[in-house]
Amino acid sequence: MSAGIVTVSYIGASVLFILALGGLSNQETARRGNLYGMIGMGLALIATLIGIVTANYGVLLFGAVIGGFVGWILAKKVEMTQMPELVAILHSLVGLAAVLVGYANFMDHNIALTGVDKTIHDVETYIGILIGALTFSGSIIAFLKLSAKIGGSPLMLPARHWLNLGLLILALWFGNDFLNESATGGGMVPLILMTIVALLFGVHMVMAIGGADMPVVVSMLNSYSGWAAAATGFMLNNDLLIVVGALVGSSGAILSYIMCRAMNRKFLSVIAGGFGTTAGSSTPAAEGDAGEVIAVQADEVADMLLDAREVMIIPGYGMAVAQAQHTVYELTKQLRDKKINVRFGIHPVAGRMPGHMNVLLAEAKVPYDIVFEMDEINEDFPNVDVSIVIGANDIVNPAAQDEPNSPIAGMPVLEPWKGKTTIVLKRGMATGYAGVDNPLFYKENTRMLFGDAKDSIDAVLKAVSN
Amino acid sequence: MRIGIPKEIHDGEKKVATTPEVAEQLIKLGFEVAIESNAGQAANFSDDAYRESGVSIVEDTKKLWSESDIILKVRAPETHPELCIDEVELLHEGQTLLSFIWPAQNEELMQRLANRKVTVLAMDSVPRISRAQKMDALSSLANIGGYRAVVEAAQHFGRFFTGQITAAGKIPPAKVLVIGAGVAGLAAIGAAKSMGAIVRAFDTRPEVKEQVESMDGEFLMLEFEGDDDGSGEGGYAKVMSDEFIKAEMDLFARQAMEVDIIITTALIPGRPAPELITEAMVKSMKDGSVIVDLAAEKGGNCKLTEADKVVVKHGVTLIGYTDLPSRLATQASQLYGTNLRHLLTELSPEKNGEIFVNMEDEAIRGATVINNGEITWPPPAPKLSAAPKKEPATAPVAPAEPEPEPSKLKGLLPFIIGGLALLGLGSVAPAAFMAHFTVFVLACFVGYMVIWNVSPSLHTPLMSVTNAISSIIIIGALIQVSSDQNWIMVLSGIAILITSINIVGGFAVTQRMLAMFRR
Repeated sequence: MSAGIVTVSYIGASVLFILALGGLSNQETARRGNLYGMIGMGLALIATLIGIVTANYGVLLFGAVIGGFVGWILAKKVEMTQMPELVAILHSLVGLAAVLVGYANFMDHNIALTGVDKTIHDVETYIGILIGALTFSGSIIAFLKLSAKIGGSPLMLPARHWLNLGLLILALWFGNDFLNESATGGGMVPLILMTIVALLFGVHMVMAIGGADMPVVVSMLNSYSGWAAAATGFMLNNDLLIVVGALVGSSGAILSYIMCRAMNRKFLSVIAGGFGTTAGSSTPAAEGDAGEVIAVQADEVADMLLDAREVMIIPGYGMAVAQAQHTVYELTKQLRDKKINVRFGIHPVAGRMPGHMNVLLAEAKVPYDIVFEMDEINEDFPNVDVSIVIGANDIVNPAAQDEPNSPIAGMPVLEPWKGKTTIVLKRGMATGYAGVDNPLFYKENTRMLFGDAKDSIDAVLKAVSN
Repeated sequence: MRIGIPKEIHDGEKKVATTPEVAEQLIKLGFEVAIESNAGQAANFSDDAYRESGVSIVEDTKKLWSESDIILKVRAPETHPELCIDEVELLHEGQTLLSFIWPAQNEELMQRLANRKVTVLAMDSVPRISRAQKMDALSSLANIGGYRAVVEAAQHFGRFFTGQITAAGKIPPAKVLVIGAGVAGLAAIGAAKSMGAIVRAFDTRPEVKEQVESMDGEFLMLEFEGDDDGSGEGGYAKVMSDEFIKAEMDLFARQAMEVDIIITTALIPGRPAPELITEAMVKSMKDGSVIVDLAAEKGGNCKLTEADKVVVKHGVTLIGYTDLPSRLATQASQLYGTNLRHLLTELSPEKNGEIFVNMEDEAIRGATVINNGEITWPPPAPKLSAAPKKEPATAPVAPAEPEPEPSKLKGLLPFIIGGLALLGLGSVAPAAFMAHFTVFVLACFVGYMVIWNVSPSLHTPLMSVTNAISSIIIIGALIQVSSDQNWIMVLSGIAILITSINIVGGFAVTQRMLAMFRR
């Protein structure tokens, strides 16, 4: 097959990928978008297989079949609540692949380049491996944090900004070494050292980011995996890789930006890590004596719900942890059958990855036209009779609005306290991921239902059906 | 500890301080419960029902009093008609009494109780703070009183509450005026409204307007110049100025001519009830109208009402029952018993059947009027906890000030720097690189355009699909796998393996997620 046909196939694949991303921006076209993505990928693979690969089909087939099988199993087996972990670990694979391809390319001595071309190629290789390694180790840490294998709280090393700067300078230093040595045919040692530095950098970067910022981290790593692909594309002079890498990179960056805006945080301060490094811990102590909470029982909650006309459900990470989404929808159905208007209010950063709650509700078959975004629904709270907050904390914290010293000050939040009654389902009085006390719990129209979210909703559901 | 519940001896008192259901929960708290025989009869709770809940029945009144550590009662102690002995005399040192006491009105009783060296918790003195709501017996009983007031009014009113058009002609709906929108008033509004009447309500506290409207009642606004706000301490009304009262009386006079039923619930703590409905107003009402005066015990909001009686004056039926909650004895006992149980739960934090009067606890401190013979009433003013506190505006914090217009230079700076960087790159980079670079920059913009409007609910599928797409890096591995150098082949092979996981896993999981989204 001629190089022209391969190129045309690549153009087709690029267009299909753009259509895929475009399709994903809307519920109606989303499935078609995914299909475009698959066709694009298929087209690119076939063109490459036929047009470029000339030998070692055995290795290729072996890798593809095993990998495909593992991927298939993963996709089938994963619980929807574990989506953030899955996405994080998949990102790490892209990062690792970028590193491997970079090394393979560097070791390939058949490529004869000289002068500026050589230098540029080396820089591309170097950057590709750097970003790849960073993505790899960062994603692994993100995965460990999301699956609670390590603690979620930010690791605050002393002088960590200097540490980051030091690692960066080190990477530049090795880069210089690498270019000099590469010109004379060497360069492997600085390349490996740089990879270690990049791995450390990735670990440290994600370790320093608190659990509440995880949605941003996940989409940021997504962006990095794209840039890694783009850098590899430059290295291999492959436009398809460049296009796709840039698409993924910029879309991930924009998603991170949207997330940051939803939390009213500066992108840079999220990356730099550590929640509220300047504001600090003044509020929890000051508000320690905020008042008393009123605990209720499940049957009282059921009565309140049955008396209500407008009910708003605000899910948070607690719903995901307790796997309560199916029970929640069962309750929703029962109430809607009784002509009670039940709706869902979703905060953009509820859960541990962007859109996490929507996926869980969709899994439970909650129709998406009763699921609303924060901006669509916040004004409706005065008309709401009962709001149920399921395992959410920071996203319903009034301190964000009226407590200028709070670490989450200025973050847009859902405003259930403007409704008649708020019921908060919670395991205990612990603070949310931001570690901030929540005045909502002490409001006069707030009732607390303590216990595991699923057990509590189960009990409420039972009481409602009787 | 042993809880004893004597039979109520006040004339007409049908309530009982504990129902079988409540008793069961008290036993779970570790208490022993004993009840005087037939104590619950008037409230339709038989001795057998109590026995089934594990309560022991005691025939002898004196024995019950002497053997119990805690006495639960409804009415304050008074002289026993059969034993001819004051209930205060039946108490012994170290006992605890939970009951209504009204310490402000019953100083002499307080003194006698103190002399008995007992501990007394007055249910009427439970502070009105959010946490103590579950022990607030006054509200529980007022709620019942308000409901019953409407039922009594309906009983004596010769017409329907609801309007109807029938073959036999049109029935106009009854018009009900509720004065005082406290707990009783709101309950009355709700009950009358649900029977179909047109309900209006008045209160000196303007902030209850919302509550009245939430019960579907119409709130009568007073056209009155001045900043008189009737909210007193602890959610009760206070005495108003003369001009205010005049305006108020004008309003009532106009309403009296129009409405069929007036329910008055106006009470100011520790004072005789204010007169709101004058004789002239009663005269102006239509014949057959009904006035229910919930303040009859304190002299009545209408001077013509007679406590505990139903009288007809000027063609208007005046109902002055003071035992309205007792007329719904079963329900009232249940609620009151639950209030008592909540208080006992607070008193016994260990749930071991022992009580401890913790004077540091605000709710318990407020209710405790006598502690081991020492009068501790009135309590210090409650520190308002989370409650009113004159909430600072909860509205979103206004943006500090409009952001200063960024200087034009500042806005242009990134472009200038970007431009210079591109120029620098262009001056050294070879043409082939620049071609790739063009593609790169354009693709970045395409990504930006395509993603910007993505609906937030699709963020997760988007991320997993971009993840799958970014494994296009497999192309890089495929290009190199054909190499004759073993190392390169192995590395590429591994890269193919892991990216395959990603491609298949990413697309499949996206497909799975998207399949779940549905309208």
